[in-house]
Amino acid sequence: MPDPAYALEISNLTKTYGNGFEALKGISLNVEKGDMFALLGPNGAGKSTTIGILCSLVKKSSGNVKLLGFDIDTHFSSAKQGLGIVPQEINLNQYEKPFDILVNQAGYYGLKRNDALERTEYFLKALQLWGKHDAQTRFLSGGMKRRLMIARALVHKPELLILDEPTAGVDVESRRSMWELIKEINAQGTTIILTTHYLEEAEQLCRNIAIIDHGKIVKNTSVKALVAELTHETFVLDLGQPLKQAPALDNFSLTLRDSHTLELIVDEGQNLNDAFIQLEKFNIHVLSMRNKTNRLEELFVDLVKKKAGEH
Amino acid sequence: MQLNLQWVALCTIVRKEVKRFTRIWVQTLIPPLVTMSLYFIVFGKLIGERIGEISGYSYMAFVVPGLIIMSVINNAYSNVVSSFFSAKLNRSVEEILVSPTPNHVILWGYVSGGAIRGLLVGALVTLLALLFTRLPLHNIAVTFTVVFLSALLFALAGFINAIFANSFDDISIVPNFIITPLTYFGGVFYSVDLLPGFWQNLSYFNPILYIVNAFRYGFLGISDVNVYASLAGIIAFLVLLYGFAWYLLVTAHKLRN
Repeated sequence: MPDPAYALEISNLTKTYGNGFEALKGISLNVEKGDMFALLGPNGAGKSTTIGILCSLVKKSSGNVKLLGFDIDTHFSSAKQGLGIVPQEINLNQYEKPFDILVNQAGYYGLKRNDALERTEYFLKALQLWGKHDAQTRFLSGGMKRRLMIARALVHKPELLILDEPTAGVDVESRRSMWELIKEINAQGTTIILTTHYLEEAEQLCRNIAIIDHGKIVKNTSVKALVAELTHETFVLDLGQPLKQAPALDNFSLTLRDSHTLELIVDEGQNLNDAFIQLEKFNIHVLSMRNKTNRLEELFVDLVKKKAGEH
Repeated sequence: MQLNLQWVALCTIVRKEVKRFTRIWVQTLIPPLVTMSLYFIVFGKLIGERIGEISGYSYMAFVVPGLIIMSVINNAYSNVVSSFFSAKLNRSVEEILVSPTPNHVILWGYVSGGAIRGLLVGALVTLLALLFTRLPLHNIAVTFTVVFLSALLFALAGFINAIFANSFDDISIVPNFIITPLTYFGGVFYSVDLLPGFWQNLSYFNPILYIVNAFRYGFLGISDVNVYASLAGIIAFLVLLYGFAWYLLVTAHKLRN
């Protein structure tokens, strides 16, 4: 059994579909064991194709992939033994019961029935699904189905868990509780790779990040390093009194969104207090302030825009 | 995947399949019994009594083996085709495809599930038939070999159909337009010796004729064809279909991108 430093090693991975569409154009990335890694990208960037290749649902065109030290060309079965997948779309049998789904899943990985039953109960309880263990899956809410898919991916205790947009379409409360669960799983030593559209999710959960666009990795770094690259932040200011036009501030860009809202761009190194001092001089009172978008989102949009310009 | 783990995976798939068809027993086990009861009453009793004997047996006794094997074939086929196609359609088949379960275990698991349903329905229909007629058992080995291999053969055919199918229409085409006509013209209700020359010769191209006759031989000791040639034919088809189904799984035809 190999004991590699990396849970995932991808080099020069390409995928061209039958219709000629090049989904992956030679991506390379490594994910360390124990890491919580985010794979970000706009729709059609190649995230799901990458995940599909890792779980054998998509055949790669060329390149090398090692999962938990096992080359998928020669030892895919061994690699899969330590892999858990939570797909983007719900792929549950609607007429099966959560209990049966988990017991069966454990069986596909060769777990003996007693172990399978024990783990099924444990994970259904851990994901607050035990109350529905005997109900047909079609009667579960969307959030419960997502949790069930996570439980299904965990039942054989994988070393590497891949979550493809696990919180898509989930309400805020469920999303937060899912984040806690994902953190807990990672804290227990499971490597996690997460694809998401919610950049806040990546910033909250992950240590390292890769941004993929048009089938290429455009950024692969730590979340901290990426946030440090932020050159500006945009704030939305809610005003006490209505304004007809935005005042001109020294060194700050200020635009009027509507009579009660201003948008302020603060560049790297600028002091936000200076902007407030100047606003005070214009007798403008700010009631509240918030980030226009998640900080990472601004970077992401900048990066993707930059790359779109190159294409 | 180690052999002991493969065994666990195989048992899991078989258990899941058996649980599926027993959970919906009103749809899977009762209809063939109702249909066969009607056959026994209409063909065996009402019409059969006017027909008289064929090869020394009552018409009822003559048609029973064909009707039993017909229900085995239909149920083995329809179990796999509907189960695997549904799993493909709702994508729950990915549960198995992403796991380390080898292709031959997946194949054997589904095929065994279908064969078990076919054999179970066959057993129930046999018990039902005993209410209508006395059924001798001429050669137990031939009877069990034919029914077992036929169940596997048609379960495999159902698996292949499920892989190719894109819609529910596609999974009903083969049973409705191929298997049922071939079964009806496969000597279930008559001996091909009664047919005129051309139709008799044409019947020999029907593979189901060999299955029905071999199975009837097992019960009654009479057959229109060479029983051992029939068994060899069933085994040859079994190997051929298994190889094709395995190839479709390995090449991931319509299952993986």
